[in-house]
Amino acid sequence: MARNNGNSDAGRTLRFEIFRFNPHEPDVEPRMQTFELEETPFMTLFVALNQIREEHDPSLQFDFACRSAVCGSCGMLVNGRPTLACKTLTSELSETIRLQPLPVFKLIGDLSVDTGTWFRGMVEKVRGWIHERAPFDPAAPEDRMDDELSQAIYEGERCIECGCCIAGCGVANVREDFVGAAGLNRVARFMADPRDGRDTAEWFEVVSNDQGVFGCLGLMGCQDVCPKELPLLEQYAYLRRKSLGQLRAPAREAGEDVA
Amino acid sequence: MDLRTTDVLVIGGGLAGERCAIENALAGLDVTLLSLVPPRRSHSCAAQGGMQAALGNCLKAEGDDPTLHFLDTVRGSDWGADQEVARIFAEEAPVAVRELAHWGVPWTRVRPGKNTYFIKGQRVDLEDREENAGLIMHRDFGGTAKWRACYASAGTGHALLYAVDGEIVRLGIRVIDRIEAVSLVHDAGRCWGAVTRCLRTGQLGAWLAKATVIATGGYGRIYGRYTTNATINEGTGASIALETGEVPLGNMEAVQFHPTGLVPSGILITEGCRGDGGYLLNDEGERFMVRAEPEKQELASRDVVSRHMMNEIREGRGVDSPAGAHLWLDMRHVGEHHLRTKLREIWEICRDFNGIDPARELIPVRPIQHYSMGGIRVNKEGQAYGLAGLFAVGEAACWDMHGFNRLGGNSLAETVVAGRFIGRHVAEFAGKASLAADTAVAESFLADAQRRIEGWLARTDGPSIYAIRDSIAETLNHKVGVFRNGDELEQACKEIEAQLARVDGAALRSRAPGMNPELCFALRIEGMARLAWITALGALERTESRGAHSRLDHPERDDSRWLNRTLARWSHETGAPSLSWEPVGLLDLPPGDRGYGKSKHLEMQTPIEAYNHAVEAAWRSEGALPTQEPLGARMQWGAWQDFEHHASPEHGSE
Repeated sequence: MARNNGNSDAGRTLRFEIFRFNPHEPDVEPRMQTFELEETPFMTLFVALNQIREEHDPSLQFDFACRSAVCGSCGMLVNGRPTLACKTLTSELSETIRLQPLPVFKLIGDLSVDTGTWFRGMVEKVRGWIHERAPFDPAAPEDRMDDELSQAIYEGERCIECGCCIAGCGVANVREDFVGAAGLNRVARFMADPRDGRDTAEWFEVVSNDQGVFGCLGLMGCQDVCPKELPLLEQYAYLRRKSLGQLRAPAREAGEDVA
Repeated sequence: MDLRTTDVLVIGGGLAGERCAIENALAGLDVTLLSLVPPRRSHSCAAQGGMQAALGNCLKAEGDDPTLHFLDTVRGSDWGADQEVARIFAEEAPVAVRELAHWGVPWTRVRPGKNTYFIKGQRVDLEDREENAGLIMHRDFGGTAKWRACYASAGTGHALLYAVDGEIVRLGIRVIDRIEAVSLVHDAGRCWGAVTRCLRTGQLGAWLAKATVIATGGYGRIYGRYTTNATINEGTGASIALETGEVPLGNMEAVQFHPTGLVPSGILITEGCRGDGGYLLNDEGERFMVRAEPEKQELASRDVVSRHMMNEIREGRGVDSPAGAHLWLDMRHVGEHHLRTKLREIWEICRDFNGIDPARELIPVRPIQHYSMGGIRVNKEGQAYGLAGLFAVGEAACWDMHGFNRLGGNSLAETVVAGRFIGRHVAEFAGKASLAADTAVAESFLADAQRRIEGWLARTDGPSIYAIRDSIAETLNHKVGVFRNGDELEQACKEIEAQLARVDGAALRSRAPGMNPELCFALRIEGMARLAWITALGALERTESRGAHSRLDHPERDDSRWLNRTLARWSHETGAPSLSWEPVGLLDLPPGDRGYGKSKHLEMQTPIEAYNHAVEAAWRSEGALPTQEPLGARMQWGAWQDFEHHASPEHGSE
């Protein structure tokens, strides 16, 4: 672990180049605006952006909530790369830091984008909830599950819907209906869960098309930028295998009939 | 004017609000849920270590029972809790946790056979039974007789919130995100919804509803950056309830300081770290909790551990750093595999925010504001005092199962248990109510909100709202913290009152059209200053030490005078808070020793029967509205006596 502890570069003057546009001021063109700040120990972009807003420009829009990399509010482009601003230490960046809003999502203003609407749409599209096999019985003990399986489900469950994978996806940038890595990961998570009663044909309906697993061009920008380091490549391969299996199945049956 | 109607308006999209919304949608009501952020970004997602429910599934949980959970919760509260509510909670928590399993939460499960744990500094091999294989696993948390916290790594809140929000989407519940309730619409003792401001456009509107539920979480951000809380935990729900002048806030001085906030960012490091065997060390590398609390060690309740930590620092055994003195959390012996699986989120936080590897390095920690035991005072069915049709649930409410100290893992549990339970009562209320609101009332509250905004935009000269916020935060952090004393609390009240007076003269520097982030915060600052004042004033008046409220000048818990709950209303006539006090509730478990945290207490003078007899009338006189079930219907009188032997061994020995 040769990571910087946040102290070594204290004393630098940082130069922030920040994208500015307020849709409620349509006459003012989108532009980059520059701010300078003295770097402090353990400074994150959360600390820096709040300081800029409170000391330099109170109209600056951005989103933070938890500031501990679990709520997914603060995805933005940092020097062109989608990431969570709250966990980005300035000590890991050069003096000039360029900040822009995530592409794909509707701009609310400056660095703030509407990920909420996009993700609710995605969850509706992939029907991202457990399709129960039977109604909940309050008097019964829980169904058992092997801990290994539970941990495997948790691995995919960790997605925080920050939108970085969507912003970093070549397909999602040009195709509005593509569910992206976050959507495919969500599908894989439920597909692996025995509590979900959907059968293969229902899953096929959800993902085996251009909006789903066959829309992906395999650039894997999603995995490179995922701040939670989700195994998106594995999840994608898992879905593709399942989908291709489903595609082949009828053909094989037909072949057997002929034989 | 943008005026819309719904059956049930839920303000707040965290676990409590969403679970409550689900209950109402299942009852066939039209539900509208408003949230400052997309619901999955609510602060519930940041809860880490676990949710308490007495399933008794693993070896160290054997023999657990809701009555033991009830006992731990009441002792943890330092007898400040409403024991009937603690009983409802403990009984319903196992159902709530299993319902979450049904909705897909990937709970950690029991692995049968030999498992290695760290218990009180010892490496222990335990054999979990084959018959329990695959049931929901528990980990140890502070202040509990059994291992009881159900968990999903250190991302329990995240897993719960996604499962519950999945149900919200499945049911097609109307969710409006990036919207804030800026005032309640009310008339003649009846609440009819809320005035809202859109955080995309800045546009005002109003939602009229048969029932209105506040589920906006805690008010930790009045402590500024000295909190684990998200930036959105600014007590907006408590503020708009207080503004009515009708609704009291309960026990606002009961503020929890979590022992292990990461230094310097203040990010939470879960109690599950100590539950899974982590140690606290001082600057000499000494495990001071063994000396301070030989029995419970690192797993005494949070108020007790935080006090011992502050004592170490005060006595010069803290570790100096540019961000102030701190102590160490040592997880090295627990090992990299455990850290990267069962405590994965902690491993990531240490790496990302401090550049350290907790498998090899010590974690710098210090007590920091974490949880608001106080909130909108409601009866056991969630109905707010003083305003029919207004309910509150979760951390925003003072229901009141936590009293003066909440046990770790009891807040996640409260969100879903109370969401279900109070949700049912909201549905029953709304199902029978008609929407008889006068639109003129809504229009007048809307016009008030418009005038407030225009007032802010008109002033051009004055102090910055951020400076006012910082000043209040410094006062609270230094004078209304882990340890308190009368002189400092008196100063704190004066300082906060002075800051509140400055709000009226403060000016914005931005006139940006749209949501305008500065205006957005300006609309909250007055409410935050009032909450801060009430917190400090409640602490000043309460001349005893109970749970997280620790007075150096009054070190004893005083059950003869202070076995009560503080209620604070806002008086618009005086521009100041007015306080009163009510009994905590029916007493089943008599006040006694907690079994940890060596402090003396003064015995209550009133016989318990007389105390209990006076509860109902006293609550009514404070504005409590009638409940559908009679007072005490959920008590299981004396049931705790069968479990007394499970109390901590040193119980009663002090």
